[in-house]
Amino acid sequence: MIDFELTRVGTPDAAVQIAAATPTAQQGATVRFIAGGTNLIDYMKLDVETPQHLVDINRIPDLAKVEKQPDGSLKIGALVRNSDLAQAPEVLAEYPVLSQALLSGASAQLRNKATTSGNLLQRTRCPYFRDLAYAECNKRTPGSGCAAIGGYHRNHAILGVSDQCIATHASDMDVALMVLDAVIHVQGIKGNRTIPIGEFYKLPGTTPHIENALEPGDLITHVTLPALPETKQIYLKLRDRASYEFALASAAIVMQVQGGRLRHVRVAMGGVGTRPWRMPEAEHALEGQAPGEGVFRAAADAALKTARPHTDNAFKIPLAKLCMIRALTTVTNA
Amino acid sequence: MSTITFTLNNSQVTVDAPPMTRLLDLLREHLHLTGTKEGCGEGECGSCSVLLNGELVNSCLVPTLQVQGATVTTIEGLGEHTHLHPIQQCFLEEGGAQCGICTPGMILATHHLLEKHPAPTLDEIREGLSGNLCRCTGYMRIFEAVQQTAKLAEAGK
Ligand SMILES: Cc1cc2nc3c(=O)[nH]c(=O)nc-3n(C[C@H](O)[C@H](O)[C@H](O)COP(=O)(O)OP(=O)(O)OC[C@H]3O[C@@H](n4cnc5c(N)ncnc54)[C@H](O)[C@@H]3O)c2cc1C
Ligand code: SF4
Ligand code: FES
Ligand code: FES
Repeated sequence: MIDFELTRVGTPDAAVQIAAATPTAQQGATVRFIAGGTNLIDYMKLDVETPQHLVDINRIPDLAKVEKQPDGSLKIGALVRNSDLAQAPEVLAEYPVLSQALLSGASAQLRNKATTSGNLLQRTRCPYFRDLAYAECNKRTPGSGCAAIGGYHRNHAILGVSDQCIATHASDMDVALMVLDAVIHVQGIKGNRTIPIGEFYKLPGTTPHIENALEPGDLITHVTLPALPETKQIYLKLRDRASYEFALASAAIVMQVQGGRLRHVRVAMGGVGTRPWRMPEAEHALEGQAPGEGVFRAAADAALKTARPHTDNAFKIPLAKLCMIRALTTVTNA
Repeated sequence: MSTITFTLNNSQVTVDAPPMTRLLDLLREHLHLTGTKEGCGEGECGSCSVLLNGELVNSCLVPTLQVQGATVTTIEGLGEHTHLHPIQQCFLEEGGAQCGICTPGMILATHHLLEKHPAPTLDEIREGLSGNLCRCTGYMRIFEAVQQTAKLAEAGK
């Protein structure tokens, strides 16, 4: 780990002002906020993250609250712990898919520390990205190549990949936030702005080191979830062992069944995309249909049509389809 | 360097350490409490588990700067050699410990679990201890030790 300066701030303004000095908020940032630290400390120890200045935001008041807003939306502070969010009564009642996704991720130890904003910004677990012994990683060192393509890539993505990077987005929480149309609230040097989660994450393309819409100085202050009509929801996660493992494929689904027809269908998947992957093709195939195996299979086929596997991760195509079909079957019968 | 003051196992301690020192190293190297073990050093194994303000965390991922003013409980704070905590006693009697590397973390995870679920189901035990890996026992004896602790607590009421 390199030497760095540490500042503890008490206001969002102070945090933003210090962070504005970084030339980038992406890979190579020279200033980083520390929330729970479960991701940042790990990557700093590996020398993948090398900030010269750390800003501890844990003492900023009011960022750790979950609050219902007058318009019916739910406001979730950036510093709400994953364990607290999973048990928040409003989340259990209205957004159970989020609670299920959070509880399927990591371990009790990690959820007790991990925060909303830290989870949104967790880095990929690509083993080559994590290990400086491998020179080739376009995400870590732009232009150096990709050791995963042609290397070990069983856990890598099949959707949204490019010739430069096939790293999987690792979060469970974010997959649930995709189907809930979450909005990310950011305070930056030019003031406050909101970013719909669908526009927050960037595809790797030719610039895999640029992962999201954040600019130097940007502090995530909170996330809002729009009010929802009453829906059925599920998060189903498939992985190599039954607990405490990242997803090979996971499905988040929100829907209504009205008069025997599927309505308000929202589908997203984790473990398969370079970002949490919303699936409009599947939603389109399901909306207004009567639930049934054939309809579910058609939706899954449509959603995975653009998948681009490499040798070791081709199994994720059938796995993802079965995951979605099983989630759809379970939730419509619930 | 910074000076950090916190409550460790019911007594106040003050230590000088760089702020990014891991709580794990602060405990083992600076304070010589070696009950907390290092396995993976990256959040995977749970052998470094401690209670921070009553919540179970991996001390290998906690920088000391987050401990200022906090309350930390390690395995040394749970029981004593002459007077074991009931969880420790049950692990001993049920064969829930073999080499012992995972045991301090397992016991603190059990403590955290039983606070949330005083009479846990087998699924709740599996889930509650899923952040703690054990290479020796095959887990069944550990689960039995947890169930035994819960049973004794229920009977003692
Ligand atoms: C062994 C292990 C297993 C795991 N398994 C899973 C799993 O199965 N599923 C899953 O979803 N996750 C998993 N995780 C990841 C875990 O969820 C993340 O580590 C956690 O959510 C990160 O949150 P944090 O608050 O600790 O982030 P930090 O480490 O504090 O921060 C992460 C990043 O976010 C930035 N940041 C934090 N807050 C802000 C803010 N307000 N504004 C701007 N930038 C900010 C930081 O600068 C840093 O770059 C696992 C982690 C480990 C170590
Ligand atoms: S997949 Fe992406 S993160 Fe992994 S080695 Fe290739 S460029 Fe790096
Ligand atoms: S040493 Fe901390 S989790 Fe393994
Ligand atoms: S007793 Fe040896 S690792 Fe658990």
